Amino acid sequence: MKTYILPSLKLSGILLIICSALYPLFIAAMALVAPGGGNGKKVFENDQVVGYDNIGQKFTNDDYFQGRPSAVNYNAAGSAGSNKGGSNSDYLTIVQARIDTFLVHNPGIKKSTIPSDLVTASGSGLDPHISVKGANIQVPRIAKLRKREEEVLYSLVKKCTEHPLLGVFGPERVNVLKLNLALNAL
Amino acid sequence: MNTELIGVIATFIITIVIAIPFGKYIVKVFKGEKTILDFLIPVEKTIFRLCGIDSTKQMNWKQHLIALLSINILWFVYAFIMLLTQGSLFLNPDGNPSMSPDLSFNTAISFVVNCNLQHYSGETGLTYLTQLAVIAFLQFVSAATGIAALIVVFNAMKEKTTEGLGNFFDMFLKSITRILLPVSSIIALILVFNGTPASFAGKDTIHTLQGDTVQVSRGPAAGMIGIKHLGTNGGGWFGANSAHPLENPNYLTNMVEMIAQVLIPLALIFALGFYLNRKKMAYVIFGVMTIGMISFLIPTMIAETSGNPAITKMGIDQSGGSMEGKEVRFGASASAYWSVLTTIISTGSVNSMHDSSMPVSGTMQLLGMMTNAFYGGCGVGILNYYIFMIIAVFISGLMVGRTPEFLGRKIEAREMKIATMIALLHPFLILVGTAISSYMYTKDPSVGWLNNPGYHGFSEMLYEYTSSAANNGSGFEGLGDNNWFWNITTGFVLIIGRFLPIIGPVAIAGILARKKFIPESAGTLRTDTGTFGIMTYAVIMIIAALAFFPALVLGPLAEYFTLYHH
Repeated sequence: MKTYILPSLKLSGILLIICSALYPLFIAAMALVAPGGGNGKKVFENDQVVGYDNIGQKFTNDDYFQGRPSAVNYNAAGSAGSNKGGSNSDYLTIVQARIDTFLVHNPGIKKSTIPSDLVTASGSGLDPHISVKGANIQVPRIAKLRKREEEVLYSLVKKCTEHPLLGVFGPERVNVLKLNLALNAL
Repeated sequence: MNTELIGVIATFIITIVIAIPFGKYIVKVFKGEKTILDFLIPVEKTIFRLCGIDSTKQMNWKQHLIALLSINILWFVYAFIMLLTQGSLFLNPDGNPSMSPDLSFNTAISFVVNCNLQHYSGETGLTYLTQLAVIAFLQFVSAATGIAALIVVFNAMKEKTTEGLGNFFDMFLKSITRILLPVSSIIALILVFNGTPASFAGKDTIHTLQGDTVQVSRGPAAGMIGIKHLGTNGGGWFGANSAHPLENPNYLTNMVEMIAQVLIPLALIFALGFYLNRKKMAYVIFGVMTIGMISFLIPTMIAETSGNPAITKMGIDQSGGSMEGKEVRFGASASAYWSVLTTIISTGSVNSMHDSSMPVSGTMQLLGMMTNAFYGGCGVGILNYYIFMIIAVFISGLMVGRTPEFLGRKIEAREMKIATMIALLHPFLILVGTAISSYMYTKDPSVGWLNNPGYHGFSEMLYEYTSSAANNGSGFEGLGDNNWFWNITTGFVLIIGRFLPIIGPVAIAGILARKKFIPESAGTLRTDTGTFGIMTYAVIMIIAALAFFPALVLGPLAEYFTLYHH
């Protein structure tokens, strides 16, 4: 074993420089020409930073489109899911309460049309998206509060819908922050 | 067919299309043939000269293992000290503290053994220095260790009697310079251009559209996310791993990360065929492993896309699938596919929270780690499969009344003892660990480990030991595992579960390589046929199913019956 210790030590030292210093520095340097410069892509409203384009935000006011429940309250200092099992009765009580609350805030909506993503917490607690159904179902509420035609908001959701990759891979979804920015800009 | 399903199928097909030529490339690297990265030869020569290593010196199997183990011990000591003192070292813009001794122990072992049993959250538990110089460093070198060990076994499977099985340091360094570094750079660059951070800036403070003030953790994450998948380690920069929108920003990056984690395990199967000129055997192995993967994938996809029946009963629309713990940009199908890949391949990264998976999916995730031989981790996957092949040869030999031979060498008592011990070690570690923790919890429930009651709580403990023994690293993360009991016990399971399954196959291969080569004849039991493939599959499934069935019944299967038939 002794014959290998010194060479191993030297080899590890050299690899440490290559893999832990040169490699990340190279990626960081390349990132300077990427959108956001390697700091994450920010979004602006009237030249003010209002967030990162793929970090979800909390919207509690009824005149905004709202995102999904979050286990970290949308504070991206950390990230986590609820880790609740599907058979956990405390958890199911919480989901039922979310459905009831949603129905109170969105009168006239049929319960069978509420998509599951609106009442379940995401894996990261920072999910920036909701399903297209999840956006459309909130339109009547927001139209009423903002005194807009529902048709205008439906077409806004349509405009903000992100399509599957190359039109064929993955789900359709709506970025809540970008949708709300578009809503403010109406 | 919907776009979510097409996305999954396309991802798998693209993986195979890349893996075959990549396997050929790997063979060229280790045979010393011409490749496009040959301009690195002077760099490698300089490194060896500086280290005083003669990279042309042939080693026998014992020398290989001694070299491998000594360098691994060094990494462990280094990582342990770094994590223990990280709070007072540099590159710590968020001011995160040092780790406790038991957590440092667990984390250092976990990453040395190419696992990512993270009993901390990246945002608060590590500094930029330890993320890069401990975690990412170990992600490179532990993956290279696995590949080097596999190439030793490849060398031993050649058709000549030999002692010399190549040079460990040569294969180890080439794994990094020719395979891991170039490809993870490509992955990292794709990530960076899709919004993953790569700079050294600390946490950002943001005033949201609604007017709240929140913080956003960042850091030089992209490079680490590249190697975490390519090297099948899986340890995330952020706590939520690849469910985090900065770690995995969109469907494209999700496809790239899924392809990256399967690439080397798949390519190494094809490499076996090219390296030994036994292509048919490689295709049979690939076929068996793929059937194994698909048999876990289909039930998982059905369970996740059908949604949680308890929520269906509440009368809402579950056509999007079971979305607890999942991200909308990936959807239920891609999350289901990922959860199967990451458990059969010992990556252990997640893009959805496995603790919130449906019970059927939980069973499949557990089975993926219990079998641990369908594709499998970087290098070690085929080593595990090799053990099962040896056992299958022996059993088949007994069944047809012939002396068991594998690739022209007689399998005798000594090799069989080693193979059986390695095969039984896995259930032993998992079941004993789960039994002890269950006893501790029932004796004193105030330890408060479990995030969920009943059967699902038992599954959380079973999953943790299964993940440790398989060196996987994913978890039912509701388990409160950052305490001395879990840190120490899983730490030991991790070490044993890594090194014995490397030592075993290398020893068997080394012993076999010294034996006289008997050319194949009409009387030889052929190991490259579909029949032998089915035999190996049966051995794997019987060992996994029989040993673990009672534990699965107590956990996820019991939960399934309460949830679906209540």
